Amino acid sequence: MDVLNVEYMLGLVPVLLGYLPLTLQLAGVGMVLALILACLFAVVRVLGIPVLNQLTIVFISFFRGTPLLVQLFLFYYGLPQLVSALTVIDGVTATIMGLTMHFSAYMAESIRAAILGVDRSQTEAALSIGMTNSQLMRRIVLPQATRVALPTLMNYFIDMIKATSLAFTLGVTELMGATQKEAAGSFLYFEAFIVAAVMYWIVVEMLSKLQHYLEIRLNKAYSR
Amino acid sequence: MIKLASLSKHFGKTVVLDGIDLTIEEGEIVVIIGPSGTGKSTLLRCVNFLEQPTTGTITVGDLTVDVNRASRADILSMRRRTAFVFQNYALFSNKTALQNIAERLLVVDRWPKEKAYQRAREILDQIGLADKADAYPASMSGGQQQRVGIGRAMATGADVILFDEPTSSLDPEWVEEVLGLMKQLASERQTMMVVTHEMSFARDVADRVIFIDGGRIVEQGPPSEIFHNPRDPRTKDFLKKILATNPV
Repeated sequence: MDVLNVEYMLGLVPVLLGYLPLTLQLAGVGMVLALILACLFAVVRVLGIPVLNQLTIVFISFFRGTPLLVQLFLFYYGLPQLVSALTVIDGVTATIMGLTMHFSAYMAESIRAAILGVDRSQTEAALSIGMTNSQLMRRIVLPQATRVALPTLMNYFIDMIKATSLAFTLGVTELMGATQKEAAGSFLYFEAFIVAAVMYWIVVEMLSKLQHYLEIRLNKAYSR
Repeated sequence: MIKLASLSKHFGKTVVLDGIDLTIEEGEIVVIIGPSGTGKSTLLRCVNFLEQPTTGTITVGDLTVDVNRASRADILSMRRRTAFVFQNYALFSNKTALQNIAERLLVVDRWPKEKAYQRAREILDQIGLADKADAYPASMSGGQQQRVGIGRAMATGADVILFDEPTSSLDPEWVEEVLGLMKQLASERQTMMVVTHEMSFARDVADRVIFIDGGRIVEQGPPSEIFHNPRDPRTKDFLKKILATNPV
């Protein structure tokens, strides 16, 4: 067995770093959209809004019950076949759609649980000063639920960053796609993928630090 | 003026309130007493629709609502004319003392920030907690939390403040400061409906004491009459028991 080609690895770092922004963009946009969708789903579920509630249940069931890769292929290869307007859908858009829907299904459930965990007296107090349902959700219940949901939501975000690597199967050259190409050219598979792995790892570690910081901030109101 | 007419509340087959008729004048301090589980808290909670009453009408100021025909808008405006002080304080745990008090002015009355916080600071001064403006509920004593709870109710400018056993969850050492604040409000002729087991407060502060049992008003009158000359045997019995453990 040859020794590791360290020089090649070092040279690869700047090359692969150039593709990191796309990976972060896929995860960042996907996370924001998934969060918005998940909050809407959770509120619909908690308030039990007729029709929407049932639709949400089916949506969550489908996107939790099928593999992300299948969903991505469905969006990228399948949808254009049904709807001709979607023939122009590109890999990036399809990936973001897939990540958004897949992860919103998971996050909706953890946000719903966090909302249900907010003490009933908080809602009553908000009603007693004359707030509407949407005001009390926005100002009292959701902020308190955020604190409870944060650790699991960050878990999903971390998961989502790693899941962006599936985008290479749709021909998107993000971090994983670029590594694959580089490795195929040099035949130095171990070197290429270990560099990519460490890059993912570092990003996730930075997020864990962010999570720690956010938890301290959100817990400020609850420390004596 | 607050007027309740034939107000009833059923939980399934259980009748908790059985046709309450009650009129309270502006500036009147009414204390409601009675055995546990007789509907005192439910009565207060029905006035601001934290519980949906089963039948009857509620009037607060110039708004009269038939509880069965109450629209969402009716319920909202009834809640905005009443304020509530909870047994367990129920301060917004994600907000500071100042923000708890200002919340109503900011969100419901849509005051500009500066004006709302200025008013909230005035109230903090009145309740003697100016130094706790930026403290969160978790870092305050029970007595301080309940005073902020009363401050939050004061900020609403409501026609009536409903007190639901405001000192029952407090350690004995904090009871006096909360009762003191309530007396201060009473001296300013803030209309109040108070459910409490603090008989000394009822005797010293109330204009009228109402004894409720079995979901009905059994007896009512000025404190001197209720405490020294109760007519109904149930009132006598209740007072004998409660004054034995909780002397006036």
